Amino acid sequence: MENFLQQTVNGLTLGSVYALLALGYSMVYGVLKFLNFAHGEVYMFGAFAGYGVLTVLGGPSALMVPVWAAVALMFVASMAVASGIGLALERFAYRPLRNASRLAPLISAIGASFFLQAAALLLFSANSRSYEAPELIPIDTAMTVGPIDVWAVRILVIVTAVVLMILLTWWVQRSRVGKAVRAVSFDSEAAAMMGIDVDRVIVVTFLIGSALAGVGGVMVGLVFGRIFHLMGFVAGLKAFTAAVVGGIGSIPGAMLGGLLIGFAEAYTTAYISSTFQNLIVFALLITFLLIRPSGFLGRPELAKV
Amino acid sequence: MSDIGVDRWVEESGDRHEQYSGWTAPARRLFDSIRPGWRLGGFVFLLALFPILAPQGTVRVGITALLLVMLALGLNVVVGWAGLLDLGYVAFYGFGAYFYAIVASDQLPAHWPSWIAIPVIVVATALLGALLSLPSRRLVGDYLAIMTLFFAQVFVELVRNFQRLPGISPDFDLTGGPNGITGVTPWSLFGFEFNTFNRNFYLLLALLVLLVVGLHNIDNSRTGRAWRALREDTLAAEHMTTPVNRLKMLAFAVGAAIAGLTGTIFASVQVGVFPNNFLLVFLITIYAALILGGIGSIPGAVVGAIVVAFAPELLRNPGTGSWLFYIGLVAILVGTLKKWSLVAGIVAGVAAFGFLVRQTALTIWDDSILGVANDTFVARIVDGWLLILGQHQDVVANYAFVLTVVGGLGVTVTKGWWRAVVAIPTIYLAILVWENKLALQPAVTRQLLFGGVLMVMMAVRPQGILGTRRVEIT
Repeated sequence: MENFLQQTVNGLTLGSVYALLALGYSMVYGVLKFLNFAHGEVYMFGAFAGYGVLTVLGGPSALMVPVWAAVALMFVASMAVASGIGLALERFAYRPLRNASRLAPLISAIGASFFLQAAALLLFSANSRSYEAPELIPIDTAMTVGPIDVWAVRILVIVTAVVLMILLTWWVQRSRVGKAVRAVSFDSEAAAMMGIDVDRVIVVTFLIGSALAGVGGVMVGLVFGRIFHLMGFVAGLKAFTAAVVGGIGSIPGAMLGGLLIGFAEAYTTAYISSTFQNLIVFALLITFLLIRPSGFLGRPELAKV
Repeated sequence: MSDIGVDRWVEESGDRHEQYSGWTAPARRLFDSIRPGWRLGGFVFLLALFPILAPQGTVRVGITALLLVMLALGLNVVVGWAGLLDLGYVAFYGFGAYFYAIVASDQLPAHWPSWIAIPVIVVATALLGALLSLPSRRLVGDYLAIMTLFFAQVFVELVRNFQRLPGISPDFDLTGGPNGITGVTPWSLFGFEFNTFNRNFYLLLALLVLLVVGLHNIDNSRTGRAWRALREDTLAAEHMTTPVNRLKMLAFAVGAAIAGLTGTIFASVQVGVFPNNFLLVFLITIYAALILGGIGSIPGAVVGAIVVAFAPELLRNPGTGSWLFYIGLVAILVGTLKKWSLVAGIVAGVAAFGFLVRQTALTIWDDSILGVANDTFVARIVDGWLLILGQHQDVVANYAFVLTVVGGLGVTVTKGWWRAVVAIPTIYLAILVWENKLALQPAVTRQLLFGGVLMVMMAVRPQGILGTRRVEIT
């Protein structure tokens, strides 16, 4: 039972990260109807930005500022770097191909993903880095939830993710720009005719999606420690699966899907096999694509001529 | 005016070729006037000379190139003709290679003779391809792409951890785990063993001819036209009673079969297979080959693959790599500026900027920051001009790299004089990064190059070097 609860917390942490990443996929897919393959790399650069800030501030054991300030700065820096890369991708890799054939932006996105991976390899070398979070926030700063102790960092991650998702939901439902995002993702041509600046909406979507990915990167660094130049690839695949499971284009769907994938992965690792967690997620993806391609909360896409 | 069943697009292709413009137009018209059979014959003749004329040790590179050509041709069927973005392609290649390695080594007690193993593997890979295409009945581009990408990832993971699969005895290590399989028996047909590089080269060349002829005929057949219809508009094709699902499956199967066949040769040439041969890096290499050459075109796939196979070999050695870098730089300048006076102006600007930067840096700090130049001809020339750093080389090169990328992007959005103002420091920084870092890390440079090729080609010339621009009907 205790193990099960531990795994649940583990799944919740993982799931929060996947959900943040899945939101980026889902929102971009919503407005552009195209899959941003390079999203995982944006997340990876976010994680490295957090690491950079941590190093500049003196490293986890000799911080020059209070811990809370350091963590806040790491989040801010990762959001800035990630959204910078996201905006550059949108402007230079995708926007010129808005009216090209269907395959062109996808191929460009694969190229961008690969280019960013190689750039990270060049800049940071193939060695993995560690946030050494236990030195930052000691492992015994834990909160007791029922029979188990939950490390403060995990709580921080889960709470941050939940707060961000609530903010995002509020923003999409209530704010002017959020409504424009929904309108564009519902029907971009009609939205343009109603006077919505579609280009601007796309830019905002990339900005927010990438910032969330950056936050996810720092979270992974804090909880799981190791960051490296290939971390974005598999995480991106899983987050995409999460977006599909939840229903691509749907914001609550991405959150739900992320949590589901997180739980699936945590329980598989604990009870079935730690080697084949990717296989399980893959099986989940295939099942969903075949049985319910619109996911849990998505609306089925109608082919219009 | 036209008969029913005659492909107008094909009929009128002659007229379209008349529309070539620019300085390459005469060459391209000449190329088009040669009959396809002669084109192939001449090309094969040139390739056949390669093992005779090439310096010692480069036949191996030629084999790599031909393997890549075959793979690009197979990928062209799926992506170029049928328009299905298959990112699991490298897994079929791996499947063929592993299958051959398993049945032709000591992994299993049974050593299959090649004439049994090869057909069985080709059929098995084709079936696997057909199986993977099943989801494509319901999926459009992006979903299919990510699903196949996941498949490729899972393939490598399965191969790496085969003995850990539940229900499999830990002693039975079919795929050899991360160490792969060694001691594979080479191809052997009619008592003739393909155990030298030269023999394998000619084997590949012969297979390539068969493949090109076969694919050329498929392209001009009913099936080829149906694939194109599918690519342009699946829904419309379906309404014209094209059997869409069967065609998708066929495209996947044909592509996979070609990849599987190539895989068996790869395993035989390398005398072993390792999981790292089938990673994403290689998939991107195949894509870069196809897209550089021209997606959907057979000559394009061939030429693109040869370029992509030889470029990394040149990069591997800083000497030849430098030539490639500087010639490429000049070619980009000439190609984009199109006026010699402008090119000269930019080059002079870069030279002046370089002296300025070097003098400033040496005034602020002193000579101790300087390091040793690379041992290449060009590097020795630019040594007195460029900053070749000793200490902090890595850090400075990192910042320079980021600034180069930013500058390169900036060049594309600025105009007129501003463009020159951005371009001059960017070129200088690019040279700085090259001499201080990239020349020393050919593997990373190659990855950057291929990723960049995919992006730049899509934006600038989506039809590739040899493709014809497609008319988008919306």
